[in-house]
Parts: sequence; C-alpha cells; structure tokens
Amino acid sequence: MTLPLIVAKSLRQHLLSTVVTALSLALAGGLLMAVWVVKTQANAAFTKQNAGFDAVLGARSAKLQLVLNAIFHLEASPGNLPWSDYQDIASNSAVALALPIAVGDNYHGYRLVGTSTNLFAVEHAPGRKYRVAEGEPFLPGYMEAVLGSFAAQQLRLKVGDKFHPYHGLNFDEKQMHEEEYVVTGILEPSNTPADRVIWIPLEGVQHMKGHDAKTATEISAVLVKLKNPIAGRGLELMYNKQGNRLTFAWPIAQVVSELFGKIAWFDRVLALVAWLVAGVATGSVLASIYNSMNERRRDIAILRALGARAHTIFCAVVLECAAIAALGMVAAFAVYLAITTVAAGVIRAETGVVIEPLAWQPVFAIVPVTMIGLSALAGIIPAAKAYRTNVAENLVPVS
Amino acid sequence: MSLLQVHQLKKAYVAPDGGTHVVVDVPEFSLAAQAQVALSGESGSGKTTFLNLIAGILAPDSGSIKLNGQELAGLSESARDRVRATSIGYIFQTFNLLQGYTALENVLLGMSFGPGADREFARALLKRVGLEAKLNHLPRQLSTGQQQRVAVARALANRPQLVLADEPTGNLDHANARDALTLIREACRENGAALLLVSHDRDVLGKFETVQELAKLNRAAMQPVS
Repeated sequence: MTLPLIVAKSLRQHLLSTVVTALSLALAGGLLMAVWVVKTQANAAFTKQNAGFDAVLGARSAKLQLVLNAIFHLEASPGNLPWSDYQDIASNSAVALALPIAVGDNYHGYRLVGTSTNLFAVEHAPGRKYRVAEGEPFLPGYMEAVLGSFAAQQLRLKVGDKFHPYHGLNFDEKQMHEEEYVVTGILEPSNTPADRVIWIPLEGVQHMKGHDAKTATEISAVLVKLKNPIAGRGLELMYNKQGNRLTFAWPIAQVVSELFGKIAWFDRVLALVAWLVAGVATGSVLASIYNSMNERRRDIAILRALGARAHTIFCAVVLECAAIAALGMVAAFAVYLAITTVAAGVIRAETGVVIEPLAWQPVFAIVPVTMIGLSALAGIIPAAKAYRTNVAENLVPVS
Repeated sequence: MSLLQVHQLKKAYVAPDGGTHVVVDVPEFSLAAQAQVALSGESGSGKTTFLNLIAGILAPDSGSIKLNGQELAGLSESARDRVRATSIGYIFQTFNLLQGYTALENVLLGMSFGPGADREFARALLKRVGLEAKLNHLPRQLSTGQQQRVAVARALANRPQLVLADEPTGNLDHANARDALTLIREACRENGAALLLVSHDRDVLGKFETVQELAKLNRAAMQPVS
C-alpha cells in the first residue's frame, strides 16, 4: 500500500515530466509494435496471397515480376504471349483452371484487366469464389465492367455508371480511350488484390482503339489453378528448363518470399531504428527522474525520518520508472493503432492486401514488457542516488 | 528503569579545512518512560545532531544509546530505521510535512513504515489536534499552526515510546507556539510517550518541570574547530 502511494504521489507531483516522458515512451513503443506487426503481417499476407491460383505463366522474365504483375497487379507486364500458349496450358491434364489476363489500361490509376468469365469460378479462399455482390457479371465481347469492391468504393462507381478507360497502367488524362464502358457489377470484398481491379472482357483490352493491332490475339499472362499443386514441378521443368520463351512462376508463395528476402536488410534497418528510438526513450526516463532528484531529496529525507528504509526508497524510484513506462505503454497502443491504421490503408490501396492491426501478436506483450523492464533498469541509477541520500543533511539545517 | 540511556556518546564531522569538529560529546543522559524533559540550547550547541543520533538518523562515532534496553549505536542503518519507524516520533521545527500528501496521508505515512496504516487511528489523532475538518487538505492549504498540528499527529501515529521535538515552536507566533506546546505535551501524555524537546525559547522552557542545559550536558558544545 505504501509503495504504490509514494509512487502515485510522486508521479502526480511531477506531472509534466511524467506525461512528457510517458509520451516519448508511447511513441517509441507504438513505433516498435507497428514496425513489427506491419512487417510480419505484410510478409505473411503477401506470401499467403495467391488470389486463388497456384502459378502464373507469362513471357520470359523474372518470376517475381510476373507474379507482381499478374497476381498483385503491380509493376509492368514483362511482355505478351500468344493465345496458343493459353490454349496449351489450359488443355494440360494437370491444370484445373486457366485464366487468361490482358493488361494495358487504367481508369484513374485503377487497372483494367481483361479476362474471361472463368474468373467467377475461381475460389480465392476455400469455399469462397469471386462473387458479384451487386449487379451481374460482364458479358464476353461487350463493353461491360465488373469492379473490385475497393476500386468501386474509391472511384465512387456504381452499377449502371459509365466511364472511359485511359491508356497505360498509370493515369494520364490525355490518354483517354474513345470506348465507353458500363459498370454491370461490383464484386464482394475478397481481401485479395482483385478488389482494386476493374475487370472487363478479354476482348476489351485486346481490341481497344489505339492498341497495337498485332497484339489483338495476345495476352499478358495466364493464371493457373492446378489439380494437384505438386504438378507444378513438371510444368516448371517444361517451361523454365526445357523452354526459353516463357516463364512459369510456381509456387507463388515462394516467389513472393524472394521479394521479402531482397528487402530484409530494410526490415533490419527499420527495426534497428525503432529499437534505437526505444533506447532513447528509456534514457529519457533515466534523465527525467535523475534530474529531479535534487528537488526530491527533502521528500526522501522526510520519508526516511519517518522510518522508510533506504531500500524502500530505492524500490519506490525503480517502481516509478516502471510506472511511467507502463503509462507510456498504454498510450503506445493508441500510437500503434494510429500508425497501423494508416499503414494498412496504404497497403490495401496500393496492393489490395489486407493486414489486420487488431489481430493478436506476441509483440503486444514483448514490447511493453521489454520497455517497462528497460525503464525499471534505467531507474536503478537515480534509485541508487536516492538510496544514498543523506537524511540529516536534507532534513533540517544542522545546528 | 530509564526509557532512554545515553553513555559516552560522541559524534564529529570533518570540517571543510580537513579538521575534525566534535559536535556531540555527551557522557551521560537518561530519560524515564513517559517523562517530559526540555533541553535548552543555542544555535551550534549540537541539539539537532543529538536528537538525530537518538532517532538513529545519524550513527554515532562511539558511545551507547539504549532505547528501552535495546542498543541502537551498533545497529545497521536499516535496523535503526526500523526502530525509528516503530518506537520514535519526531517533530521538526520546519514541520517537514510532505507537500503532495493530504493531512491524513501525512499521518498515515507516519505509521506505514512501522505498525502499519490504521486509518481510524490517524483520523482520531487528527481529530485530537483539532483538524477533523481538514483531513483532505494539503499542507499548503493549512495555516502554519495547523501544519504543526499535523506534524504532532504524525509524530504520534506509530504509537511511539519516545517523541523527539526539535524547536517545535520555532516557526510559530506566540499564541500558536503556546497552543502547540500544550498540544504536544498533552498528546504525548495521553499516548504514554516520553517527550524530549529542545528549544532556546525561554517561554517554552519555562513550561517544563525538568530543563537541562545542553551546554552542560554536551562537552563539545561551542567548542572551536580543532
């Protein structure tokens, strides 16, 4: 009872420094948790994300570029492949479903992806297909579009609205196509990159005015669903080792993990910076309490005169440092939520991948416990000073 | 048997020039249980140091201090703290109330390190010193006289056998000083505590049946730095 009272009173007496120090710890703790969660969740979300496909077949290129373009709708297409390549793989006995896609246009930065109505037969998650929530699917050969849920929300397009596509993957208002498309449907949210795509019939991209006529029978890639995922090994051998014209990117998770391998150094730098911030914040606890020791000497002397043992005072100072850190860690969750909410929004807008800031992570325990422990450890230095306070000298002038 | 027995007690400080300054050199002193004794002494007579030695705040260089038969001089700092927390109350000239704590909390702290917090007893003590309506007031919200009364209640909070008072009326006006002194003496008597008070105020000393001059008691009083 006495120790908590002494600590609570001291925190209140030094309210301004308590709040400032707790806030610096909150920023550090929130930043640490956010960096960790965004890193691990993004890693997990990207490597798990295959939008319902096992592999991608495309023009000869790096597998990562192929996957980023065809699955995540990022990066430029590495090149086209003839329709016959689609027919070949679609008829392969190991393939359950092949979905041709063609890219090359956008609407205000959101990609138009030409494909077949097979899209609506794909299970992007067990038991969950790309389902039109509002309206109906596009009809092949018609200038109709089905919007991913996020694209519809951001573009404020609804069923029945009309729009003109723009040439290229990046929005340029001077590049508007003459064709006018009508929105016939909006997909239900799938939490996949498909949410930020405007899906149109394959022929729409192939025959858009202004496109090279030679590419009218070509496609950008084929998304492949295998009957048995292990069958990908044979196809990989056939396309990548025996052939030199096409690339078969399989398995998708392994290809994406290469990306995180390449940017692992950046993760480490970010984590190092976050831990340095945490170290500085912990140091601020030490500085804050240590600098206030002069004004605390009289109170300490009075407590000692009342019979408080030196180790009681020592514990009170250490506990106060831990309490400041604990207050900071409570606020750190607010900082964490603010950072991850913004980060999740950006990641979703840019990639369609959803991360969940509220999902439990071990870091929610590791960071607060570490920060509180480090702050208590930092408190040992001012606590040692408090322990050595000369009671008689600080109590009353010696007569 | 005496409650407090002091024998050949010595305490010296190292002066800034490196010389030794003997502050306390008391061959013999004793105080009976529940007795009330005043020590008269001017500034520099070593009275605060003498009280701090008895309270265990300072350790003597040599000699013996026995409280209720228990030798304090050889005890560790922690053990002396324990004795102070359980057996000694201390009233200071400057009151030494903790400014962030209410009157009630100040009194509760006076017992927390010893017998343990007893909220009812703390309330009763504050009622006894006339502060029943000021329990939750901070020291700065109290008058000087009221602050001294809180200090008196706090000194008695751990049900001490001995109360030490160092110029307890030094910061009070005449009327408040008279009231405070009466209160201290009555409160000690009611609680069965002996009182050892030091002062240089003749009015205060005049109220005591037993007054000893510290200058005679302490051979070091007013000695020049050697």
